[in-house]
Amino acid sequence: MPFPAEMETSSPKHLRDKYAIIGVGETSYTRGSGMTTRALGSWAVRNAIEDAGLKASDVDGMLSYQSGDSTFAPFIAGDLGIRLNFYMDVFGGGSSTEALIGMAMGVIEAGMCKTVAVFRAMNGFSQVRIGGTGARSAVPVSGDMLHSRAYGWQSAGQLFSFTFLRHMYDYGTTPAQVAHVREAHSHHASNNPKAYYKKRVSVQDVLASRIICKPLHLLDCCVETDNATAIIVTSAERARDGRHPRALIRGVAGRVCKPRVDMHYQHGPISSVAGKYAREILWPNSGVGPEDVDVTGSYDAFTFTTMLQLEDYGFCQKGEGGHYVSDGSIRLGGRRPNNTSGGHLCEGYTHGMNMVIENVRQLRHDADDSCPLGADGKRQHSYDYREGGCRQVKRCEVTANLGWAMPGTGSAMVMRRD
Amino acid sequence: MSIKADYLGMSLSIDELDAENLAYFRYCAAHDFHLQLCEGCNLLRYPPTTACPWCMGARSKWVPVSAQGAVHSYTEVHHAIQPAFKGHTPYLVLLVDLDTQKGKPSEHEALRVVGNLTTPDGRLAPAELVRRVGIGTRVRMVFSDVAPGLALPQWTLDEAAQQPTPWRYPQA
Repeated sequence: MPFPAEMETSSPKHLRDKYAIIGVGETSYTRGSGMTTRALGSWAVRNAIEDAGLKASDVDGMLSYQSGDSTFAPFIAGDLGIRLNFYMDVFGGGSSTEALIGMAMGVIEAGMCKTVAVFRAMNGFSQVRIGGTGARSAVPVSGDMLHSRAYGWQSAGQLFSFTFLRHMYDYGTTPAQVAHVREAHSHHASNNPKAYYKKRVSVQDVLASRIICKPLHLLDCCVETDNATAIIVTSAERARDGRHPRALIRGVAGRVCKPRVDMHYQHGPISSVAGKYAREILWPNSGVGPEDVDVTGSYDAFTFTTMLQLEDYGFCQKGEGGHYVSDGSIRLGGRRPNNTSGGHLCEGYTHGMNMVIENVRQLRHDADDSCPLGADGKRQHSYDYREGGCRQVKRCEVTANLGWAMPGTGSAMVMRRD
Repeated sequence: MSIKADYLGMSLSIDELDAENLAYFRYCAAHDFHLQLCEGCNLLRYPPTTACPWCMGARSKWVPVSAQGAVHSYTEVHHAIQPAFKGHTPYLVLLVDLDTQKGKPSEHEALRVVGNLTTPDGRLAPAELVRRVGIGTRVRMVFSDVAPGLALPQWTLDEAAQQPTPWRYPQA
């Protein structure tokens, strides 16, 4: 397939297609891992290195992200016998994956190291609850937090709901339209043996589940799980000898923010999210547009976050996100499936990395569903998307990941099949 | 001087170095809402900051601000996370566009002040009041007294205002 970029003879985007993801790995997704984040992290990084067909000595860089709830990179590297030429542990959760992949490309480009493992290890259910319940709910409130937490405005769902509700007001978006995101992702998860929630649910199930904080029902919210995830980034040249077709990185946007990001509701329209700004970096850098994308990975901390980002990155007209996510487009078999693993709503919660892993597998045409393995060790995909069946998207050539931290901050990445 | 206090069983504190928040909440404690006005560009800002987000200016002065406006968005919490709020569901968190400086410096901007819906004496609103409020509801600022030097600005129905039919989330 010809890319617009290949027709440009003087593109300044010289990193386009110069870096690749060559290995992906994860632990199982559980509630109650029974082990430390250190053990989870080394498990996932080992899996990613082995998936790439590399040895510990082939990896010399490491990046992680966390919010005081994980193990620092030097411990994971030490456990696996990796000598580091570069590492950094970054503060943050959602939107970090794509941003750190961009950083990995930068440090390799600068000659600081050659191959970087990026990981996220968390006991998001059994230790530090991602939904903010447990110990996190009762921490003392000080300084700037008085403007939020003192009002019972603290959890992600509570903090984001001003944007969600205002979108309904501005554009007539309905609860049923947005509930289609959960229905679609649950159908995808039913074809993913790794997923924590494999049961299919309907729009009616979502609407009948109890209200957490308006406009969020219980089933509009993602699952909390214990798990680690990892990916290996290296130069496209070095990736040539890998075990799998390369997932080439076309372009990255990292933690792009709305104005007044500390209190972004000051700057309207509040029904728009950071993707409105990030798309101005993502699409030109990638040399493709939304119409070129076969599979999306739009972060689903909530059903609404998937919808808002697809809209603001231009997969539909502004205000038509509710229609786009409910017209069948985002389902397996649809025009442009989203979160084919089941995402955060169903597979498990990893602050975005599992959605990148899934898109790498989609680009390899090797989604790990229940289809039988062929003589070459690859799955013989049936493209029959009934429950328990296939989840590989036919002819998947280009993917987009849309990472979310909050309405005011997002990251994104476009990859293509070699 | 730093402040440590208790509100609904929740620990609230402001460090002695945090001059901006100490000043903001001291005015609230006097039930006299003030915001920082930039001495360079004459624009107000919320919440308290250490510089002007419009012109980067360092110098500002605290000025009294008429605190009434309309609900821009909200969330109605049914499942509280924090122990302090468990006994108060459902409660409303409101994002209110102040009439003051609305539409400046650009059409989509406003001073959007967060607070709970409360009774006029600053207690979290009962369920029957919660059900009357939505996007567009006219509100006025009141205060929840916490400690000397600290009161939380809150919102209550503006009884004197003409109330539009508010937009409410369609499910009960």
